[in-house]
Amino acid sequence: MKILFFASLRERLNTEEEQWQDLNGALTAGDVLTQLQTRGEPWSSSLNTERLLVSVNQEIASLNTNISLGDELAFFPPVTGG
Amino acid sequence: MPNNLSSKKASKQLGRICIQEADFSVDEQYQKLRTAHPAQNGAICTFVGLVRDFGDKDGVTGMFLEHYPGMTEHSLQLIIDQAAERWRLHDVSIIHRVGELKLSEQIVFVGVSSAHRADAFAACEFIMDYLKADAPFWKKECNEQGSEWVDAKQSDQDRAKKWSK
Repeated sequence: MKILFFASLRERLNTEEEQWQDLNGALTAGDVLTQLQTRGEPWSSSLNTERLLVSVNQEIASLNTNISLGDELAFFPPVTGG
Repeated sequence: MPNNLSSKKASKQLGRICIQEADFSVDEQYQKLRTAHPAQNGAICTFVGLVRDFGDKDGVTGMFLEHYPGMTEHSLQLIIDQAAERWRLHDVSIIHRVGELKLSEQIVFVGVSSAHRADAFAACEFIMDYLKADAPFWKKECNEQGSEWVDAKQSDQDRAKKWSK
């Protein structure tokens, strides 16, 4: 599974992208988020926000959205284009 | 169902979407819209967004724009499709720039052609409102002190929501 991070989140985590070969038991996008949050700083505080958006396969999703190993997840702050 | 010209053509999606670093010519885009359906067009509405000198803070000297390649195009196509369901549109063009932009540079272009001005005005505003609320772009404003990511505004979400009333 590919996980992408954008904008302020990408900078705070100093990570654009990572690949998971194993879901480590994660069934939903929220499970993935929980696993990322348990890495300690800066992951725990940067990802512990109500203003975090998640997409699964390039569509806005919720933390309850089911995931599988072939999916592309992304976490990012609210959008500010235009 | 709206009598949309393009929805009659099987699997042909309405509109053009371009995410690019390069600047664009409004006249060129306007002429493309104008000549695509020369006998049917009665109205073309265009919008251009520019880099201004204030944002979350004063003294903005430029900005950096990031996006999510792939999801951006997908999300903009969904917005065009929703507009085409709602109004009778002949053509839509969206250009959004990314990368480094200086003060007064063009950021975004939305152009809509239709038989009638009401449809063109409304669809152009609808597309811009949803682009700001849904499309995965992020702005970082630069000033003399450094640079900061722009905070998403509730007012932008509210403008998009008003269309669902």
